[in-house]
Amino acid sequence: MTSLPLAVDPLFVGGVGLEEVLIVALKVGVAFAMLMVSVMLMIWFERKLHADMTNRMGPTITGPFGLLQTLADGIKLFFKEDLLPNDERGDSAIFRLAPYLTLIPAFLIFTVVPIGGDFDNADGKVSWWGNTTQLQIADPPVGILFVLALSSLAVYGIMLAGWSSGSKYPLFGSVRASAQMVSYEAALGLSLVAVLVKSGTLSTHDIVAGQADGWNWNLWMTGFIPFIVFLIASTAELNRPPFDLVEAEQEIVGGFHTEYSSIRFALFFLGEYMNVVTMSAIMVTLFFGGPDGPIPFFESFGWAWGILWFMLKVLAFCFTFVWFRAALPRFRYDQLMDLGWKLLIPLSLGWIVALVALDLAASEGWNRPLVAVICFAGLMLMGTLLNAAVQSGKRKRLAGEGFD
Amino acid sequence: MELTSTWYLVLAAILFALGATGLLVRRNPLIMFMCVELMLNAVNLTFVTFGNDLNDLGGEISVFFVLVVAAAEVVIGLAIIVAIMRRRNEATADDLSALRG
Amino acid sequence: MEFVVFIIAGLLAIIGALGLIGFKNPVHSALSLVLSLFAVAVLFLNQDAQFLAAVQVIVYAGAIVVLFLFVIMLLGVDQAEDLSVEPIAGQRPIALAIGAGVLALSVLFISVAADGGATGQQSVTAEKVDSITGTAQSATAALGDNQTDGTETIPNIEQLGRTLFTDYVFAFEVTALLLTIAVVGAVMLARKPKGELAPLPVIPGRSGTTDETEELEDA
Repeated sequence: MTSLPLAVDPLFVGGVGLEEVLIVALKVGVAFAMLMVSVMLMIWFERKLHADMTNRMGPTITGPFGLLQTLADGIKLFFKEDLLPNDERGDSAIFRLAPYLTLIPAFLIFTVVPIGGDFDNADGKVSWWGNTTQLQIADPPVGILFVLALSSLAVYGIMLAGWSSGSKYPLFGSVRASAQMVSYEAALGLSLVAVLVKSGTLSTHDIVAGQADGWNWNLWMTGFIPFIVFLIASTAELNRPPFDLVEAEQEIVGGFHTEYSSIRFALFFLGEYMNVVTMSAIMVTLFFGGPDGPIPFFESFGWAWGILWFMLKVLAFCFTFVWFRAALPRFRYDQLMDLGWKLLIPLSLGWIVALVALDLAASEGWNRPLVAVICFAGLMLMGTLLNAAVQSGKRKRLAGEGFD
Repeated sequence: MELTSTWYLVLAAILFALGATGLLVRRNPLIMFMCVELMLNAVNLTFVTFGNDLNDLGGEISVFFVLVVAAAEVVIGLAIIVAIMRRRNEATADDLSALRG
Repeated sequence: MEFVVFIIAGLLAIIGALGLIGFKNPVHSALSLVLSLFAVAVLFLNQDAQFLAAVQVIVYAGAIVVLFLFVIMLLGVDQAEDLSVEPIAGQRPIALAIGAGVLALSVLFISVAADGGATGQQSVTAEKVDSITGTAQSATAALGDNQTDGTETIPNIEQLGRTLFTDYVFAFEVTALLLTIAVVGAVMLARKPKGELAPLPVIPGRSGTTDETEELEDA
């Protein structure tokens, strides 16, 4: 039998002993603490920034600048009454399980994200007290597939939450939310394939190492389209505005978390924002080089500079998500589904074909501009045909003919 | 105790037998379908075990195709069940004999 | 170490399977199936099939069971089944006997195969290289078992990709066609029928079906 594919982390080369276990436990502790603190700060950041963008003030009373508001909210929620649905109409066992199904994948995705490290000089590895390791909890050879798998599992929490509440609005909200998440997962995966075509590897460490030069970021190496598709798809995946029809108060009361109160609601809230932070981290890893950035001074602390640049980039993405909330009106549900299936999926699929054709042209020595023009023309043609089909279907549907 | 492939094969056999028993006992069409999926999983485990044992990638390739075909089968099967059960709310497998002639 | 993982994952898989056939509520059954699928994915990982483990979770646990749950939730089939009623007399003991028989036959076959009686070394279609130590462990490959032999470690997914697109590309294309057919079939089956619905056939022994759709407007 083969050895367990633990990781490609140099920490495990000599086998797994007590020292290795302690180091991994330390990494897990630090990452968990970092994630929790960043989630709390993200909630505060969203409220303050959204207030600023809508000409209000946001939390100001609890703590300096209202920083402790999240903590205060958590404590308040802790003391509320815990309501459980009746077992005849709902299902209390699954009601209790559902928030954890949203929370756990969010944290697990964060385990494969490289948080820091100096990728220009030291290949992202740090050496402390004789042990070399990478600044991420795990680096499985199929890291990105692991991310996709866990984001597929996040659908369960929302679906089961709505169903187990035993009431109309949560059920509608959860069915729509899970349909939305499943549709945009396809677009997410396809835009990821464009990154994989360029990086040639599924391990997050190697993806970041491949972008280490500063001018090698996947953002422009894949063209900008995969990044835009990934951004839109992940916004929909996270149920964030403008795709938050399923949990918007003006539409459907609370959607899938209508019946949740006290700590369980806090868990959902926590899970949603943790997902935001984690998805931003994944986007930074895939498209923006992760911890890559210039190291002006203190070269021996290159890994700390990596952490700083990583945090700044994740902050930029969190800002973008709040900006979306403040600036964009909500999508209607059918517009949302149309966007996912009829625009994003064909676009990312066509882009993958174009990227691969260009790669092949480079390696076979064909005339690259000519191949680029042919690809562009092909994409335009396919886009026109698809649009014609969609419009004709829409006309027939509006005329009441149905499928025939 | 050495972990040989026999352990995996016995586990797969147990899962398969459990799936078969479930398929014969339950009457809800959806649960019967899920038991079929369990049996397919047991077979996948067998394939991977043999592939690993003989150092043949054919095992993993077979699992890949079984997975895809199972997905297609679930899509069609559920569509059929939905089409039938739209009209009867509590249909069980015993009632789906309207086609017999 | 692998033994411990195997024992834990194996136990979880069996518990999941027992839950699947034991729970009355279909949603609980579906969640037990997810547990079982997860355990099987861990077992795949234990055998160096990393891509398959990930795909198992993505496709089976993340899409197929979600589809099942959709149908269960939307069709309201979550009325718990009455497990104490047997439509065919003696169905349950016969089913248990058949299950035990299947298990006995499989274990018998395995004990024969474990002595090398049923497999042949010459049927290897594609050589699999261990993606961590870089060696092929079969007797037909004469590499040393030391990583510093100069053999490269080829990731499992790269080997799989190469084999899939060279040796098995025809099967791949046919499978893609199959998926397209499945999608078209599902869309066709899900159409609302136009015009009059055919009358429901009468089921002997049932007092009448609760067919509400004939009273409402074609909802």
